[in-house]
Amino acid sequence: MTAQQQVQPAPTVTSGAMIRTLGGIAMISGFLVVLVFQLTLPVINENKRKAIEKAVFNVIPNAEVRHDFIITDDGVVPASDDITQGLPIYAGYDKEGRLAGIAAEAAAQGYQDVIRLLFGYNPECECITGIQVLKMAETPGLGDKIITDPAFRANFKALEAKLNSDRNALANPIITVKHGSKTAAWQIDAISGATVTSKAVGKALNNSAQKLLPQLDPHMRTIRQSAAGDRRADDNGESIKP
Amino acid sequence: MVRPRQDDTITMDTFLEGVWRDNPVFVMLLGMCPVLAVTNSVLNAIAMGVATTFVLLASGALVSLLRNVIPRQVRIASYIVIIATFVTIVDYVIQAISLELYNALGAFIQLIVVNCMILGRAEGYASKHKLGKALVNALGMGIGFTIALLCLGSVRELLGNGTLLGFTVFGAGFQPWVVMLLPPGGFFVLGAWLLLFNWLRERKERAAAQVEVAHGR
Repeated sequence: MTAQQQVQPAPTVTSGAMIRTLGGIAMISGFLVVLVFQLTLPVINENKRKAIEKAVFNVIPNAEVRHDFIITDDGVVPASDDITQGLPIYAGYDKEGRLAGIAAEAAAQGYQDVIRLLFGYNPECECITGIQVLKMAETPGLGDKIITDPAFRANFKALEAKLNSDRNALANPIITVKHGSKTAAWQIDAISGATVTSKAVGKALNNSAQKLLPQLDPHMRTIRQSAAGDRRADDNGESIKP
Repeated sequence: MVRPRQDDTITMDTFLEGVWRDNPVFVMLLGMCPVLAVTNSVLNAIAMGVATTFVLLASGALVSLLRNVIPRQVRIASYIVIIATFVTIVDYVIQAISLELYNALGAFIQLIVVNCMILGRAEGYASKHKLGKALVNALGMGIGFTIALLCLGSVRELLGNGTLLGFTVFGAGFQPWVVMLLPPGGFFVLGAWLLLFNWLRERKERAAAQVEVAHGR
């Protein structure tokens, strides 16, 4: 027994054997990971699509149809896999094909991690019509009230986001104010006990709106007509049928 | 690579070792990072427990099968690669099951790779036992780990949020102890459970000692 124990640590294993073992294990691992990745990819993409779809319809009241666009330097173009640069936006249309609102992502540093949210913008009232948190790691029971607190959510029924006369920035920046001191339509009433998180929401919305809305303004016609074009195509299709 | 022959029979103790006698959390105090971090709700605790159990079982099986092939010098590297593979698989599968759950568990799924309990089991048990025994032991350990997470998760969710698995338990008049959901609450609850388990064990040992003394007379 003791003799065996003394023999064991001796270099009986060649480097070749070690390399073969590690290489073999790495190959098995690679195969397994790629297999599972391929199998789950369609499901994961479908989940992500559904999550965005749900969020978009949630922040744009009355939306029934969704079209994706990307704001690039050349203007607003329909989203496709070829375009990687630019800001993605989601336009929602109602049953009659009228533009019901535009949803876009916003993000800001919260208490623990970056809060990512989707907000709906209604060009008719020039206001934000809803927010949906996409990802956050705020304190349960405090920061996560931005999802559950009805009083806080009421801030986003019609949060003013009007452009100024030069159409290059918001007339009144969106700002989070202390709990109970909201006086204007562009102010967000903070949750008491979750001030940092509330402020992060305000900052995210303000940054995103300041950047997005001036860019979006000249292209509203294109976005409005997108659904109309679709509808015409549908009408043609129907008229051929009978 | 000849190792002394081990007893290959699978006994109840092979399984119960992880569930009770050597519970990874309450006795061995292994894998504390996920234990404290994700137990702020029962659902998170269950998901983490199941994910860890799967990784334990799968990596234990592969390590046990390859135990006579892997040279001693590269064994740790091999175990880590094997564990990381199954963690990556779990990561994709959870994303496919529910994105919400995936977001709730955050980085802790990927961090299962460095859960010392799994590496400890691979090194200390699976690499020395046959497949059947390694699997039974890994299942026991996984269940023990899940039970421990549930112990913490249920107390923290109940006190910190007034709910259990999302259902309201206490009425609307209940003022939640938010601290229970925060990191300090994790330490409080873990400390309380450890106190309970150590008290139970000490009482048992004292009783055994008294029996011995009585017999000695």
